[in-house]
Amino acid sequence: MRVARARPIPPSRGWSHLPCRADGLRPARNSPQGLFLVRAQPPLKKGGGQPPDGLGRPGACSAGRGPIPRPRACLGVLFAACLVAGVLAWAAVPVAAAGSVGDAGAAVGGGEADAAQALRALGRPATAAEVKAWDIDVRPDFTGLPAGSGSVADGEIIWDERCASCHGVFGESNEVFTPLVGGTTKADMERGRVRNLEASAGFAQRTTLMKAWSVATLWDYINRAMPWDKPKSLQTDEVYAVLAYMLNLGDIVPADFTLDEKTIIAVQAKMPNRNGMHFFEDLWRTDGKGDVQNVACMRDCPVGDPKPVLLPEHARDTHGNLAEQVRAFGAVRGIPGAGAASAAAVPAVATAAGSAAGSVAPVAPGGSAAAAAPALADAQPLLQANGCLACHGLDRKLVGPALKDVAARYAGRADKVGYLAERISQGGQGVWGPIPMPPQPQLSADDVHRLASWIAAGLP
Amino acid sequence: MKPGTALGRVLPAPENHLAPERIAEAARLRRRFMGKALAFGAGAVTTSGAARAASANASAASAAASGAASPDGDPAILKLPPHSTGLGQPVAARGYGLPSVHEKNIQRRESPGLTRVPQASVSFCPLQSLFGIITPSGLHFERHHQGWWDIDPTQHRLMVNGLVKAPRVFTMDDLMRMPSVSRIHFIECGANTAMEWTQPAVPTVQYTHGMLSCGEFTGVLLSTLLDLCGVDRKAARAVLAEGADGSSMTRTIPVDNAFDDVIVAWGMNGEMLRPENGYPLRLVVPGVQGVSWVKYLRRIEVGDQPWHTKDETLHYVDLMPDGVHRQFTSIQECKSVITTPSGGQRLVGKGFYNVSGLAWSGRGTITRVDVSTDGGRNWRPARLESPVLPKALTRFNCDWVWDGSPATLQSRAIDSTGYVQPMINQLRAVRGTRSIYHNNAIHSWHVEPGGEVINAGSQG
Repeated sequence: MRVARARPIPPSRGWSHLPCRADGLRPARNSPQGLFLVRAQPPLKKGGGQPPDGLGRPGACSAGRGPIPRPRACLGVLFAACLVAGVLAWAAVPVAAAGSVGDAGAAVGGGEADAAQALRALGRPATAAEVKAWDIDVRPDFTGLPAGSGSVADGEIIWDERCASCHGVFGESNEVFTPLVGGTTKADMERGRVRNLEASAGFAQRTTLMKAWSVATLWDYINRAMPWDKPKSLQTDEVYAVLAYMLNLGDIVPADFTLDEKTIIAVQAKMPNRNGMHFFEDLWRTDGKGDVQNVACMRDCPVGDPKPVLLPEHARDTHGNLAEQVRAFGAVRGIPGAGAASAAAVPAVATAAGSAAGSVAPVAPGGSAAAAAPALADAQPLLQANGCLACHGLDRKLVGPALKDVAARYAGRADKVGYLAERISQGGQGVWGPIPMPPQPQLSADDVHRLASWIAAGLP
Repeated sequence: MKPGTALGRVLPAPENHLAPERIAEAARLRRRFMGKALAFGAGAVTTSGAARAASANASAASAAASGAASPDGDPAILKLPPHSTGLGQPVAARGYGLPSVHEKNIQRRESPGLTRVPQASVSFCPLQSLFGIITPSGLHFERHHQGWWDIDPTQHRLMVNGLVKAPRVFTMDDLMRMPSVSRIHFIECGANTAMEWTQPAVPTVQYTHGMLSCGEFTGVLLSTLLDLCGVDRKAARAVLAEGADGSSMTRTIPVDNAFDDVIVAWGMNGEMLRPENGYPLRLVVPGVQGVSWVKYLRRIEVGDQPWHTKDETLHYVDLMPDGVHRQFTSIQECKSVITTPSGGQRLVGKGFYNVSGLAWSGRGTITRVDVSTDGGRNWRPARLESPVLPKALTRFNCDWVWDGSPATLQSRAIDSTGYVQPMINQLRAVRGTRSIYHNNAIHSWHVEPGGEVINAGSQG
């Protein structure tokens, strides 16, 4: 256990040079340039440690007294006192600050033990059922893995229904997410290292099965976060089945395999990248050492290519009109790019005229017109709650068409609200491609109408 | 009381000196005067506020474009604008204030093509337009793994289990009664600047470095909470943080950090966290990559080994040239970037500029930043602006006179461990170009003779 820990503090600028520190830090003996302070640690208490002795009460504020650690909640009061004592000669302030410190002193008697006890009383014990409901993590050593089983064949059915639309029928799709399956070989499984990850292999894609070293991690993740739009909706056996199918797609288990809490242990020994990880502690620990060492040369320093490599011309227009991404005043302007009217245009300021004029108008209460018109604010909760946005972007195609494109296609249709309402509630297939839109029976008629009206109105 | 009678030293209002008929006459005269005034002057207010504001803005724009065009001087001075001659808006016209309408260019943005699903994506912080070290809450970069939520805080719970005396549950009420700290820290995604490993790829600092923000976070120290739950400090080796959203993000937190400066935070920049940043509760892990700052925090588990979660084995792992992945590379090492002037901008003319930027280190405090205007051949120290805080952004500034010739601007930070921000070729020598994460190389902006600033990436 740590007894003392170096913590750097700012160099002597602003307030940091003040002699009085109320946060329990004292200068470290060996700290370079006097820039480190060491925080006094509370003595370790078996099974419990030492809780802070305050609950934000000035009465429990006791920095520097005995072994009991200072409560950070009191930092403000003492810091104010430091400011007053060390720096300010402002007549009115010391009275107030001294008053609070004085109060603290007066109220100390008996307060600390009470406060510590009261702090420990916050919260309540979790019930066994509560812990079971939330403590779902599964470690690589299979701690936390619930009993259950699922076959490759079962998994295929679930996969087609719930996974394939994003990940592809064979887990190979690169449409929505990076591929899950591919890039591993029998030789990799024997070695526990994936050849295609080596730079010399020249293999661009990195699939999940190329990287995963622990099969338990896959189980954990499918269980906690999949399917994408309905996370945590798979039953335990379904998670086993889906994982079995995925492992089969990667030729790690045979087609007649059943994965359960026992067979999964042998699977781990076949994971293609099980030996491909390095716990790199130097970038894990705050006090680790960097893996490169530069020196701060100041004069006539060596540089690589004397001619700077610039962002290619074609990449300068990929992020919209840069003139609209900085202020139109100040030391610089944005370089007008895609969509800009002319290089000399002064954006933003000129276009703000309308808003400036509007500034004299009072905020209007919701009028009748506003109440009737569908708005994103009305649609957003529905889109969110029903997972619509998992497949439809507002202005881009995902699994399904962009809602903007839907609005555009039916803009001229007189019965567009009714048509869209029907498509939303009953689903459909073929109009926008082969991937079906599932029916949404959970939506009330009102909600369907609200969504359909909003889309029909062009996503206002 | 008779008019004019003194009551002690208080005199009655002047009207009381006048007989009622004199008052009536005075009122008649005043109305006539006001009537004339309405006819000639103030009536303009009612004609068209919009037109007036538009013309004022047009003249302001033309003045800005042409300078003091009129022989008498600048119309912006000579012609009083509406805000000097009219009545402004009342207090609380907006119950929650908004940026000026002239600031609408300052937005967080996605990088087109970077991700395919907007719920598992990132929006970049407009660093090019920000000052100081605090990121405005509404511009804080976003990274969601399965969409964001606005969670009802009264229904949010935090569970602590594992190697503690007994698993415990806390409400927001419980947590917000605890001794709290407020600290300024940066948060940087481990993949920040990932697109620049091989060559300059995106046009502006928003996209090269915008997965970076800094705020003042308020919450209870994790160590306080763990001690309160009776953590077994001897057996504890790692702490798992888990989110309540669909992804239920899980990350292993080093136990040293957990007992040091990790915060279970509800506050950001003086208010509650924004929904996009984990409202109502997130973990703050100073110096460590953003993915560990688990949002919508629902559970903390204390364990005796790391969990190797999906985002510790499949993502946020650094692929080395030999095909091995470095795992648990969490620390955001010392890094800096110039934000003004920066890529995609154009200098407004020759002469004086304040080269301004940000420096930070996950291992401690920034002690020095050097700036080069000749592509790294010669360097001079920049001014560090206060406050300079551990594991927080530090603002640096450096005078520069641009003479109109090509220049390559770079910054190089040094932290309290003595580590010097590396050059890209140093990083590539160890890690190759496929490790995606943790690119903290010195960054270059090339200024062309016309004043255009082009991303020149990390010059080798």
